[in-house]
Amino acid sequence: MHPAYSVIFFTTASGAGYGLLVLAAIFAISGLMPATAWLGFVTNGLALGLIAGGLLSSTFHLGHPERAWRALTQWRSSWLSREGVLAVATFVPAGLFAIGWVFLGTTTGFFGWMGAAAAVLAVATVISTSMIYASLITIRQWNNGIVPVAYLVLGLMSGAVLLEAVTRLFGVHGSHVDVVAIVLIVVGWLVKLAYWHSADTGLVKTTLATATGLGRFGSVRLLEQPHTEENFLMQEMGFVVARKHARRLRAIAQATLFVVPLAATIASLFVAPMVAMVLALVAVVSLAVGLLTERWLFFAEAKHDCMVYYGR
Amino acid sequence: MTSLPKHPPAKRLGLAIDLDTCVGCHACATNCKEWNTGGISAPLTDVNAYQAEQRGVWFNRVYTYEVGGEGPDARTVHFPKNCLHCEQPACVTVCPTGASYKRSEDGIVLVDHDKCIGCKLCSWACPYGNREYDEHVGVMKKCTLCVDKIYNQNLPEVDRVPACVAACPAKARHFGDFADPNSTVSKLTRDRGGYDLAPETGYLPTSKYLPPRPGKRSEAMPAAAPAPAIAGAGRFLKWVDRVLTR
Repeated sequence: MHPAYSVIFFTTASGAGYGLLVLAAIFAISGLMPATAWLGFVTNGLALGLIAGGLLSSTFHLGHPERAWRALTQWRSSWLSREGVLAVATFVPAGLFAIGWVFLGTTTGFFGWMGAAAAVLAVATVISTSMIYASLITIRQWNNGIVPVAYLVLGLMSGAVLLEAVTRLFGVHGSHVDVVAIVLIVVGWLVKLAYWHSADTGLVKTTLATATGLGRFGSVRLLEQPHTEENFLMQEMGFVVARKHARRLRAIAQATLFVVPLAATIASLFVAPMVAMVLALVAVVSLAVGLLTERWLFFAEAKHDCMVYYGR
Repeated sequence: MTSLPKHPPAKRLGLAIDLDTCVGCHACATNCKEWNTGGISAPLTDVNAYQAEQRGVWFNRVYTYEVGGEGPDARTVHFPKNCLHCEQPACVTVCPTGASYKRSEDGIVLVDHDKCIGCKLCSWACPYGNREYDEHVGVMKKCTLCVDKIYNQNLPEVDRVPACVAACPAKARHFGDFADPNSTVSKLTRDRGGYDLAPETGYLPTSKYLPPRPGKRSEAMPAAAPAPAIAGAGRFLKWVDRVLTR
């Protein structure tokens, strides 16, 4: 599948934003993060900024962005529509939670409930995003229960790495953040390895023989395609650049997305606070590179069934 | 509304495409383009139409396959493909805006171009590659089964068939109602063993394909015996002889 940059940025940025929102809400409600104005401003601003920036970016690949509001209407049948509705709905409790934290200095009571509601809606939004892909039986690699798990875990993991940096910058860091970050990075790594394994070994159901129904006569081979130049289908579904470098790109993704953030988080336990802060920022930069590579591969390595008609 | 009709459509309009008689001339694709670039789907945009890297929207594409290896049983099969107007079209249910819909009266799957946001998700959901994005208009387009032709009261009744069916010189394309057991398409499907493309997807295509007839090509077409020379005939008579024996 063609890896559209707007969609890559959208899924990674909003995933990280929702992950940060969930963890910050949990820690703030349980008193593990103080309800101070600047901490609240940066944490919520970063989370909501990533979410809003991602959502805005997702409209850039549309043919008619001005009609994007229509995408909120078909939640009965469409995961894309559900995602839109949930994303908009999340802003309401998330906004109230941020107001309570930043301006009123409270993250408990009513505002605590708003934080909890925002966290639940954020999880639901990320799952809806992943279901857009996981529900397509036309793309074998995506049509898989691991996809929602991977999107959720990678979103939470991104949030945890961001939270490491924010809490160290504000000097409110505690070991609970380290524990959560380390556990999520390890789980994220395992989930992503499971995804790659299933993508490599999954059963191919649709072949040129079944797609044309001509398999009954023996082998089927494309003799002549309908057109000489690349059309929309081949550009959108027939992306082949990544497969050539898939092994190397997967290694880069693993190193930057899991190895570096994990090593930096563990190392920061044993060094001075200033060095730990630098390590946390290194982890964030590495995470960004890793997420973009991983998501690029997620699209570029996925193969659409309709390409079998072209003998691909 | 992108939810599917609650009850199965009263009519199930579609095509029966005969792979035995299709000669791969692309007339269906060309006439489709001609009609639909002027009908409700207009324009079917072409980009770089007169230079390299040309691309454009077509609802009908004709592939050619070599089937059965390279031995005496090998055959060339021309394979036209356009929207199959499925009974379970996920291209409709994934649509977030309500632009894609399946008509409850005749089962035709359509796009409302005024509602489409051009997110392309429906094209991702189609296993047959039968939806194409119009990059100039910014919306998704697809075969309408010539909905603006088959019901057009201004046309003589004989012309109220999809443009691809009207154009086919080999009568390889048949249009009709699959819900009616006595329609031509239903009878052909029964008699010829009409089948669904990629049945494993569960989309339940309405349109069917009629398989090439069995039979060994090597037996059906014996090598032509050399024509006996006509003694004493001049070049003109030899030419007449060749033409008449053809």
